[in-house]
Amino acid sequence: MTATEEAIRLEAVRLAFGSVEMRFDVGFAAGRVTGIIGPSGSGKSTLLHLIAGFEMPDSGVIRLLGRDVTADGPGMRPVSVIFQDNNLFAHLDVATNVGLGIDPALKLDAAGRAAVGDALAKVGLRGFEKRRPPTLSGGERQRVALARALVRRRPILLLDEPFAALDPERRAEMGDLVTALQRETGMTVLLVTHQPDDVVRLCDAVVEIEAGMVRAVRTLR
Amino acid sequence: MFAPAQRRRIIGGGAAWLAALLAFVGAAAFALWQAAPPAAGEPGAGFDAYVLGVARFTLWQASLSTALSILLAIPVARALARRSAFPGRIWIVRLMALPLGLPALVAALGILEIWGRQGVVNAGLAALGVAQPFSIYGLPGILIAHVFFNLPLAARLMLAELERLPGEYWRVSASLGMGPGSLFRFVEWPAMRSVLPGAAGLIFILCATSFTLVLTLGGGPAASTLEVAIYQALRFDFDPRRAMLMSALQILFMLVVLAGLRLIGPVAESGMTGGGAVRRFDGRGGLSIVGDGLAIALAVGFVAAPLLAVASSGLAADLQRLIRDPLVHQAFMTSLVIAVSSALLSLSMAIPVLRARQGIAASRRVSTPLQLLAALLRDAPSVALLVPPVVLGSGWFLLLRGFGNVSGFAGPVVVAINALMALPFVCRVLEPALEAYQVRTARLVAALGMGGLPALRLVVLPVLARPLLAALSFAMALSLGDLGAVALFGSQDFVTLPWLLFSRMGAYRSADAAGLALILALLCLLLTIAGAPRARNREKEES
Repeated sequence: MTATEEAIRLEAVRLAFGSVEMRFDVGFAAGRVTGIIGPSGSGKSTLLHLIAGFEMPDSGVIRLLGRDVTADGPGMRPVSVIFQDNNLFAHLDVATNVGLGIDPALKLDAAGRAAVGDALAKVGLRGFEKRRPPTLSGGERQRVALARALVRRRPILLLDEPFAALDPERRAEMGDLVTALQRETGMTVLLVTHQPDDVVRLCDAVVEIEAGMVRAVRTLR
Repeated sequence: MFAPAQRRRIIGGGAAWLAALLAFVGAAAFALWQAAPPAAGEPGAGFDAYVLGVARFTLWQASLSTALSILLAIPVARALARRSAFPGRIWIVRLMALPLGLPALVAALGILEIWGRQGVVNAGLAALGVAQPFSIYGLPGILIAHVFFNLPLAARLMLAELERLPGEYWRVSASLGMGPGSLFRFVEWPAMRSVLPGAAGLIFILCATSFTLVLTLGGGPAASTLEVAIYQALRFDFDPRRAMLMSALQILFMLVVLAGLRLIGPVAESGMTGGGAVRRFDGRGGLSIVGDGLAIALAVGFVAAPLLAVASSGLAADLQRLIRDPLVHQAFMTSLVIAVSSALLSLSMAIPVLRARQGIAASRRVSTPLQLLAALLRDAPSVALLVPPVVLGSGWFLLLRGFGNVSGFAGPVVVAINALMALPFVCRVLEPALEAYQVRTARLVAALGMGGLPALRLVVLPVLARPLLAALSFAMALSLGDLGAVALFGSQDFVTLPWLLFSRMGAYRSADAAGLALILALLCLLLTIAGAPRARNREKEES
């Protein structure tokens, strides 16, 4: 893929959200990490939710990898999502949480179980299979979520303030991990963040949102 | 947190109330034991086939009622959680809270109008050409009534648990492409299951000790529970020995259930939610919409029909005449005085008991006797609930008989029994509020050196007014609708509203009964609404 190819395209997407009318007409380069910044309530998360399929636009078209997915449900889109918190089902162990990314009914063969172990090793949590989320630190939980995104092998990864609940050191570690995994897989990554550091360290481009509209698009590298 | 002197005082106060409670129960038991004819002294004398049959039926109907209530509540809770926003949903959720505030006697009347011989269901069956009418008396009636009360309770508990799940769960499972089966297995069922031990235990105890419903709908010795058999042994056979034996059996069963619940562990504490309205992405298919609609409609029909029947036949009664009837006035005043007094008494017991537990919990070093006291303070209110009110009533009846006209003592005894019945619930309402007060406000009050009336007026009452009101109105509603304690004392001289209703039902004055049922239902529902938490409204304003 070349840098100019777009993995995500929103065409004249409109969505009335309370009293605010969101209007998005924007594309995101394939195989890059794009930061999404803007004030609280400006529509950063809504943009991600539109791409993931949690919000349906009132009008407009959403294309992912060239395919019109506007009418598709969240599970049918080539997308993995990681939120700030509660990405894992607290009552299920780590292996089950990751395994659900391979098959949502958890019908795993030997290869599937091996893939879960590999993914956990990649995020630095080898041997954590039987642990339950409440016994993990916030950073560990987010890494499990990342492992699940890895086994899902979806070409697009949406990160909705995934580091916001972490301390600076953990945040840097998670950032490095995301960068490494992105390089390895060539995923298209969208990262909603409040932290200017994250943008500088992780992002190839940045999109600034204000009052439900894209205000500026900048390429950083 | 507490000054040493203050701590000693509140722990002492709690211990005093505990002693009073035990004395009240113990005196009744002792009096009954004394009254037992000594000839029947050999052990196991009253332990005959009848008692065994009643005990077996008690457990059997309670198990069936619990299983039915919970199994039927699962699809209802799931449907209501999945359909998180449709017009009228909030009213359906509120409807599910109504049976809890309804006197059992009123519910029995409403259920008879729907499921009884002359009821709507049999009319429908006859119209369909079914020759044999459905007979409600016996196990079917008991089960219908218990499900009427406990299906909504179970559904609400499970719905609350589903609504407490973080919104991300629904997004993650939608994003992972979970189908309805996976979603139920991995998300919905684990959440609902977490409240099941607590809910099932509570429902089992309510059904096993159920008195009024079995008395009115049981229809004979074949379908009698221990609680009713105890009442009959005391009121009609005057066989205190048998009554004691059956009470001991009932307390034993319930203790086993309570101990089992303790083993399974406490109900999981609620987690923090991500906030915001719950959005669900599943259940878009036509089949699941029809299924959910059916589950909700059937539950609404089942719960609302008896309520509507009470309302409509109550309105058809000659309410004006009833309201002018001096006997109704007398019953109303008696009920009101008993309800207010028992609610206040219950509250005045709950606060020292809870404060003493706080005092012990706040101690740095807890000696073994104090630990024992804390355990007693925790469990005594619930265990006292297991002693059949009629046993307490008849015990005190015997004790006071020597001091004059018993009907003169009936009021205070009923007040005490009703207060005791409400105590576990009052404790449950007040405990979190008192704890929050202790954590948030008490230190500040102490630091400012506030005390006495100013602290009470400026801090304690404003902060605790709502939970106190909730506890009071709940206890009042419970007392107002209670037949259990009054059943033994009810007479020409001592008439409460439920007793009047019960005697009118027995005398086949069904128009009067319907009118009284409506009045009683409205009073209890008003109290329930007055005490209901306002959380829902606040949520609405925030979103």
